[in-house]
Amino acid sequence: MTALAEKNTAITGIGLSDVSRGASRSALALTVDAALEAIADAGLSRGDIDGIATWPGERADGSGFSPVGCAAVQDALRLKLGWYGGGGEAPGQYGAVFNAIGAIAAGLCRNVLIFRTMYEATARKTAFANALLREGQRQAGPFAWYAPYYTYAAALQQALFFNLYVHKSGIRPDQVAQIPINQRRNAALNPKAIYRTPITLDDYLASPLIATPLRLYDCDVPCDGAVAIVVSRMDVARTLRNPPVRIEAIGSSMQYRNSWTQLDALDTQAQPKVAEMMWSRTDLGPADVDIAQLYDGFTFHTLNWLENFGFCERFGAKDFIEGGRRIALEGDLPVNTGGGALSAGRLHAYGAVHEACTQLWGRGGERQVKRDPRVCATSTAGGPLAGAMLLVRD
Amino acid sequence: MALPPTRILPVIDKDNAAYWTWGANGELAIHRCADCGYRVHPPVPFCPACDGRSVGPEAVSGRGRVTTFTVNHKQWVPGLAVPYVLALVELVEQPDVRLVANITHCDPGQVRFGMEVEVWFEPVEDLWVPLFRPARGAA
Ligand SMILES: [Zn+2]
Repeated sequence: MTALAEKNTAITGIGLSDVSRGASRSALALTVDAALEAIADAGLSRGDIDGIATWPGERADGSGFSPVGCAAVQDALRLKLGWYGGGGEAPGQYGAVFNAIGAIAAGLCRNVLIFRTMYEATARKTAFANALLREGQRQAGPFAWYAPYYTYAAALQQALFFNLYVHKSGIRPDQVAQIPINQRRNAALNPKAIYRTPITLDDYLASPLIATPLRLYDCDVPCDGAVAIVVSRMDVARTLRNPPVRIEAIGSSMQYRNSWTQLDALDTQAQPKVAEMMWSRTDLGPADVDIAQLYDGFTFHTLNWLENFGFCERFGAKDFIEGGRRIALEGDLPVNTGGGALSAGRLHAYGAVHEACTQLWGRGGERQVKRDPRVCATSTAGGPLAGAMLLVRD
Repeated sequence: MALPPTRILPVIDKDNAAYWTWGANGELAIHRCADCGYRVHPPVPFCPACDGRSVGPEAVSGRGRVTTFTVNHKQWVPGLAVPYVLALVELVEQPDVRLVANITHCDPGQVRFGMEVEVWFEPVEDLWVPLFRPARGAA
């Protein structure tokens, strides 16, 4: 295999702020907490960071969706950078990582701080911040096609896709429920998770319908929090204190129509070609994966990824997760081992990267997967957005 | 007591104007290539099927089928009447053209995958918003 740029990079440090349903400190403070923790965890100092990236970049719209961007962190930490980049038109949330890989390959930087900050819990206390719509304002851009139809939240768009998936696959609510039940069981063992009280099938079935077939427990939890990771060039990574978590392969493709309405296959979203690309860039395959941190903005995404990564066949997720044993911490494929966004907070796929490294470095405490996991598949999702990474600790 | 929310309207530009205004004449306008007949939606002045540049609005029958749908139960804002149906509707002329719409004139529980629907238009300010209802004469 020819030299692929991601194979010359590794995650060398991770940081996670307090994560809550209402922070006592600012979004920038949380971001600095996570950033400093990640830099120290890598055994680096501020002066060693020469690149910074985030997704989707600062959005000063009061929604809390992305209140902190590269410029704010660069200035707060007075970083001296060879490269920086934040922006949303990318292969899902991991676009920031993929851009960093390119910047390292281009020789622009060696240690890139990548972060994702959320302040949605606080934002929603003062406004309907989830609103995709603004009363009295006309809507521009692709969302203008949805705006006139009372499409108040991304949940409605995802419910359209999820309902088609349910229709085609025949999955039952008691089968879907295994995803949130498993994650809450894992969250009970994660001191930083937001919701730690186990839930039952009856709890799931009793949770309010948002938009059929989505129930409340199918949706992730808006939070205040920040995650940071350091991605380093491999020669640097090998000199640092943590065993490098190598970025073995990535999937960044856009082979379908990039549209929330005309997307080629609504029930699989943009994931199949992204997964195919990731597997084409490694000799490893689904059977080599020890743990999976799969996007869980909604349970539907996690079901989708189980199939699209090839852990089971198309529409086989319902049988794969039946009873929950296979995806549990003790199972063949532990999934979302820290509770995921459903229970530990919507850190938008970067919580998943943090948990991946936590497990690969054996720091999981009570929730540590026992058989020394080395290979983790992780992913992002949402309609036409998707990105995937395979992480390996040697 | 908050008033029921109104529909949030799109910003009109040179590509999408026909879609949101031809309802005044009872017509659903979808861009179509004059060279090969392929319908391009959302409207773009380029045909990906034949590389043609003669693409412009043309009325379609207004009949379609429900590709997928959801029944919304959550009252996202004060005054919002629930439940209501959000759907993607595919045109009978070309199923890869999918339109977002509410399905009206039926109980939300009656909407089905593949259901035959027809367009109607609700005037809001200066625009005509396409909506769909069960097709008359459908099986
Ligand atoms: Zn043409």
